[in-house]
This record gives sequence, C-alpha cells and structure tokens, in this order.
Amino acid sequence: MLYYLLRRLLMAVPVMFLIALIVFMLLRLTPGDPAQAIAGDQASPEQIAAIRDSLGLDAPLATQFTTWIGNMLRGDFGHSLISQRPVLEMIGQRIGPTLALATVAMVLTVVISLPLGVVAARRHGGLVDRLVMSLSVLGFSVPIFVIGYVLIGIFAVHLKWFPVQGYRPLAEGFWPFLHRIFLPGLALSLIYIALVSRMTRAAMLEVLREDYIRTARAKGLSERVILFRHALRNAAIPILTVVGTGFAMMISGVVVTETVFNVPGLGRLVVDAVLARDYPLIQAIILLTAGTYVVINLLIDISYALTDPRIRYQ
Amino acid sequence: MADHANAAQPVLSIRDLRVSTCGREPVEILKGIGFDIAPGETVCLVGESGSGKSVTSLVTMDLLPQGELRATAGSVRLNGEEILTATPARTKTLRGSDMAMIFQEPMTALNPVLKIGLQMDEVYRAHRRMSPAERRQAALEVFASVHLPDPPRIYDSYPHQLSGGQRQRVMIAMALALKPRLLIADEPTTALDVTTQKQILSLIRELQEQQNTAVLFITHDMGVVADIADRVCVMRHGEMVEAGPVGQVLSHPTQPYTQALLRAVPSLVPRAPRPEAAGPPAIEVSALEKVFQIGSLPAQLLGRAPHRVHAVDRVSFRLAQGRTLGIVGESGSGKSTVARCVLRLEDPSGGEIRVGGQDIARLRGARALAPARRRVQMVFQDPNRSLNPRLRIAESMIEGPLNMGESRASALERAGELIEVVGLPRASLRRFPHQFSGGQRQRIAIARALMMDPEVIVADEAVSALDVSVQAQVLDLLAELQAKRDLAILFITHDLRVAAQICDEVMVMRRGSVVEHGPAAEVLAHPRHDYTRALIAAAPGRDWDFSTGRRIEVPA
Repeated sequence: MLYYLLRRLLMAVPVMFLIALIVFMLLRLTPGDPAQAIAGDQASPEQIAAIRDSLGLDAPLATQFTTWIGNMLRGDFGHSLISQRPVLEMIGQRIGPTLALATVAMVLTVVISLPLGVVAARRHGGLVDRLVMSLSVLGFSVPIFVIGYVLIGIFAVHLKWFPVQGYRPLAEGFWPFLHRIFLPGLALSLIYIALVSRMTRAAMLEVLREDYIRTARAKGLSERVILFRHALRNAAIPILTVVGTGFAMMISGVVVTETVFNVPGLGRLVVDAVLARDYPLIQAIILLTAGTYVVINLLIDISYALTDPRIRYQ
Repeated sequence: MADHANAAQPVLSIRDLRVSTCGREPVEILKGIGFDIAPGETVCLVGESGSGKSVTSLVTMDLLPQGELRATAGSVRLNGEEILTATPARTKTLRGSDMAMIFQEPMTALNPVLKIGLQMDEVYRAHRRMSPAERRQAALEVFASVHLPDPPRIYDSYPHQLSGGQRQRVMIAMALALKPRLLIADEPTTALDVTTQKQILSLIRELQEQQNTAVLFITHDMGVVADIADRVCVMRHGEMVEAGPVGQVLSHPTQPYTQALLRAVPSLVPRAPRPEAAGPPAIEVSALEKVFQIGSLPAQLLGRAPHRVHAVDRVSFRLAQGRTLGIVGESGSGKSTVARCVLRLEDPSGGEIRVGGQDIARLRGARALAPARRRVQMVFQDPNRSLNPRLRIAESMIEGPLNMGESRASALERAGELIEVVGLPRASLRRFPHQFSGGQRQRIAIARALMMDPEVIVADEAVSALDVSVQAQVLDLLAELQAKRDLAILFITHDLRVAAQICDEVMVMRRGSVVEHGPAAEVLAHPRHDYTRALIAAAPGRDWDFSTGRRIEVPA
C-alpha cells in the first residue's frame, strides 16, 4: 500500500509537468505580442514594456519555462499584474472560504442523501422513494442562483434565521462561522444531494438483491444492521466516486454561489483574474486545480481499498 | 433413523401450503404441499428448477421476497408454532436461533467486505446476551467443530481469502452456532467439487447427529438423495408428486414423473466403447503448456521473481473425427485452460495444437487465427450468459459466418435450417435469449457453434447448469449431431456420470497435469491412479443403480 502511494505520487509529477507546460504555452502561443495581448488596446508602450519585463518575455522560450518552473518550486508563483501582490498570497486568502463552503456542502450532502437513498431503496416504490426521485429531478433542473435566492428569501429575509450574505472565518468562532456558511452550503449541496441520493438508491437496489443480504436476513439480524452494515458498504464505491469528484469540483471554484451569498472565495477570484487577463494568477489557479484533482483522485482510490478488502494495490 | 420420525413431535410441519405471486393476476407457485420433519431426520426435497422447492424453504424462514410472493393458505409450524401468522419481529428472533439456513453459493452468500469473525459475531449479538470475549470464544469453538483449520486465522479473514469449501464450512458454522432445531440446506454442495461435497455432506450429518437437528435438504441431485435422505419429497410445478422413505421412492417409484427423473440420472457405469475410427486426428495436442505470470513490471525491475503458475503442464492428446474425449477434474485442475488454449482464447506458452494438420499454437493475431477459429467452435457452461441478451437469435447465429464473408441471405437460410436441426421452430430466430429456457438456450448455443461448420466442438461444462431431464436431452442432441456430422467433441466436465455416458476416452487432470488417460470404460471402471479413485469414490450415490433401483456393491 505504501509502495502504491509512493508510485501514485511519483506519477503525479509528469502529470503536473504536462499541465504546467500547457499552461505556459497558453500565453506564449497567442498570435502577436503576448505582452500587448495582456495589456489590451489602450496600453502605453511603457506599460507593455513593464509587463514584458515582469514576465521575462524577452528570454528564449526554454529559459522562460525553466525559470518559471524553478521559481514555482521555490514557492514563487509570480506577482499579479493588477495588484502587484504575490499570487500565492492572493490565492491563500481566498482558498479558506471556498474550502469551508465545499466542506459544509459535502457534509450536508452525505448526511442528507445517504439516509434518503437507503430508505428509498428499502421501500422501493414507496412514498420516500417517489419523493426522492421527483425531488432529485427538481435539484438537477433548477439553476443554483434560483435555489440560492429562494433560500435567502425564506430563511434570511422572511424567517430571519440566517444572515442574507457574508462570510466569517472559522477563526472567529464556530457558531458565527456556521451561521453564515450554512445557507450557501445548503444551496450548493442541493444538486449533489439529488445526485448522491439517486446514486445511493441505485447502488443499494443492486446490493439488496445479493445473496449475502439474504444470508444476513436468515441470521435474524435487524433491518438497520442489514441496511447500514451489510448493504451500504457494498454500495459505497460509486458513492465515494461521486462525492470525491464533486468535492474537487467545488474546490476549484463555485462562482455563482459565492456571488449570490457574497462569499469571498476562489471562484470570484478566478472570474476577476480572467476578466483582467491577470496571467500569473490564472496560471497558478489552473495548476492548483489540477493538483487538487490529482490528490483527490488518489484519496478516492485509497478509500476504495479501505471499504472493499478485495481491492489491494501493489 | 426413520424410526423415530413417528415417535417425537415434528420439528417442522407443513400442511396444504399455498404460495402465489402478488399482483393483479396471481400465479400459484405452491399448490398445497405438506410434509413433516422429525428431530434428527433428513428430508430431501427434490425437483427440477421451477418446482417450488426453494420457495418452500423461504416461506418456512419467512424470507419470501416482499411484494413478489405471499403465502395464501395452509400452515407452517415450527415446534408447533405457526410461522405464517407470526409477527416479523417473532420470525426474526426464530431465524438464526431456532431455524437456520445454508445456501447454494458459498462464494456469494458471505458479505465480501466484512470479516468472517464479524459476520459470525452478529449471530450471537442478535440472539444472545454474551460478552465480546465469550462471543469470540464461542465462535472459535464452532469453527473448530466444523473442522476449519486454524480458527483464529479464519476469524480474522475476509471471505475472498478462503476456498469455496471453507466458506461453506463457515456458513454451516453460522447456521449451527446456536444449535437450531431445524436446518434448511438449499443445494449447499451444488457449487462445490465432488470431494469437497462429500466432506460437507458428512459434516452436516455429523453435526446433525450431535445436535439431533431436523434437516430439510433441497437438491436436484439424486445421487445426494441416495446418500443422505431418510425421506424424500418429489416436487413438480409446485405440487408434491410423491413422498416416502428414501428406499421406497428410489426403488419403487409409483409416479411416472419420479420414474422419469430417476431414469434421467446418468449411470456411473461407462457405456460400451465405440469402434476406433481410422484416419487422421481432427485435433492433436502435444506437450501443451500454459504458464501464468503474476507480478508487476516495477516489481520485476526491482529484481523480484514473478509468481509463476503452471496452469497446464505438458498435456498431450489426439482426438479423431466422430469421437468424444472427456477432460475431468476439479476446479483449478486446468481443464478449462486447456479448452481456452485449444480455442486460442489464450496464448499457449509451449507445445503444439494441430487442427487438421496445421499447428495453431503459434499463430498470433485475429487475422492469422480466423481460419483455425472456424474449425474449432465452443459451447459454454452458462447459456444465460453466453448469448448476447440484446441481440436476436438470428443475429447471434450469423455473426460468425458474416465475418467469414458469407452473404447475409445465405447465412440466414442456414441459421433457419440449423435451428430446426436442434429442435426449435424457425420463428425462434426473431426472438431474444430471455424468451427461452436454459435447455433451449443451450440448443441455440449448439446451433450457433454449428453455423461455422466446425470439425471440433469444445463443450466446457455444457450441461452442468441444466436439470437432469434437460441434460439428457441436450446430451442426446450432441450425440446425434456428432454421428451425423462426424464431429470431434472435447467435453470438459466435473461430472463423472456425464463423462461415463458420452465419452470414448477420458483424461483426468489435477493441478495442470494429466494423471490418467485412457478409454472411458477402462479409466472409470478400473482407475489406476489414486486421485481418479478418490474422485469416483466421492461421486454421490455411486452405490445406487438408478436404472434398476437397487443398491449395488462397490469395491471399497
């Protein structure tokens, strides 16, 4: 297992290198002068010269690439063209709220959709089953900003249970943090609740037909033990896959939710960077996202081995 | 043992039991059956698939699939207590403690992601108040009583780390942990090798005698019935056709169905040998080897030797047109790997496979193999899975000929002729596999193989999944086609009875090697190798002649 982990981490190196190369070429392959493209039409020659200088665009391509990689390995991801602040610092400030939002959304997803899916499968064709199936269609089809504003309308404006917008970091206390992150987390989680509960239901329906479930019944076990100990673990693999990739997608930015609830997260930073053509920032965010996917995929594979003893990596 | 059947109160008493499907148009699955089982007695429920024997066991355990089947009338009494009207909570308490069940497939009956120890522990936790240490101690004792080696290791294992026989022992241990009065065994040995089957049957008998358990044993195998039953109930289409003490039912069956069922059991006495055919062999295999290497490339680069498994070790045989060679052996003996090499689904590691004089062992790539593949065709074990469920029969049948360049019209024409040759109406071509029974599907598989006009047919356990009466029909069909078309048949089987009836020659394999090879009459009647003798000794019901209904003397 340790050997496998090491190998997977080593395999991530060429993957990341390839992504870095693509990100690097993205800018350099733009027709014409990349500095001109970044600066826009109204830029003065001095501004263009400054950009060219700060990105080192005058050096040969290979030199530029090795310098860039070398700097990143030392932790220097460059400076933003707009704010002149270090890129890493800017991302560092924004990653907290996004991570918090994604975690809350995923916890809500798992806590709500697993029991729903299990009960729907147990009472196949029953009331809960039909409810889950129809609500999940709703979850898939309603745009997230509509869900967001509806939740704000009901719980913040009307019932006044939660504030309308805003974010407090966890460092300022758990309850103020949760109070503000709950609604955006719920809004974000609804589509995943729809997805994961349907997934759980389908996987459970499959597993409940297995011979070992009949064996468990023949032993006189209670329904709860049969469903959660015997069935759910066997149904776990597709669920883990969806939860894992869903989490990765959330971390790489949830623009709409962050905008609706005014959460200062990564998603809005991405949008701002793209609109301002802030290349050093864009490059760093792409690399960060790719790294997240590599790590989360590894975690998903490890979780397979933890739930199913027949899966052993060597 | 049948004598105390009358003395004690029956453990299980079923009267006029009726079970129907749920829904608007209920179909009656059980049509009023009834029998008793006394303490210490073994009652065998026999019948072919669809006869309702498994449903009977599920009603008794109150495990009928909800919303699919329900009991409509009658009574099922366990120690005098009515099961049909008992609350779910009450039957849950009885399950596992007063009545227990073991199932057919030890491979799938245990939960693959939970340790054996935990699955055993649950039985005690559900029914008894015991401390964790007591539960573990009790579990280890029961494991020892079913003769599992090294109980603590088994306790900490996962199911996939045990063999089929060991898993079935674990199932038996779980079932008998709380000393139930009634044990229901639903085809518990059907998926096991004969030698393992023999051990499991004697284990059930041993524990039954210790605990005076009543056993309801469900089987389709008349050999097993002859070995273990006190009384027999023969079922067909949800009705009880005949019931009585085992000796009476097997020697003097009164009902035509029972008589037919007994007649269909193939005899262990080999059939008269056919005259040797002159002429060149259809297929000649010499010194065939297949080695599987297990080990990753990085491990090999680090200098670790890969794990090598000799699945087939220097196997040679020749098979003439119109003759049948049986390869017999238990699981893991390499018999199926030989078949897969001959079909070139595997690349042999060494040796020659000559088909019509050409060595096909070294051919690589689909293009080079295509002509050889036409000459050797196969019929697989499970007709439910060997036909593509989404293709109409016609499409499955003409796929091969189309690949060989035949026109669609002529292939369809031949498919129509062949489907009639195997005894199905021409209209079958337009239907899908699920619209046929298992026996019919195997006929289709045979017709599909014949479409390629092969010289050799490889049949890998081709009748093992079928009921005996259907088995006999499919074997007759194969024999008839063989005579008409001068086919050479390579018949892979674990069933010595089937081998005795259809093979001219028999080759016994064990761990990749041939231990004995010769004319069927010679090998099966006068085995020379110990392993062959052990296999024959383990064949259930070998001391019973089903055609005459008499016990026969067997050499020890």
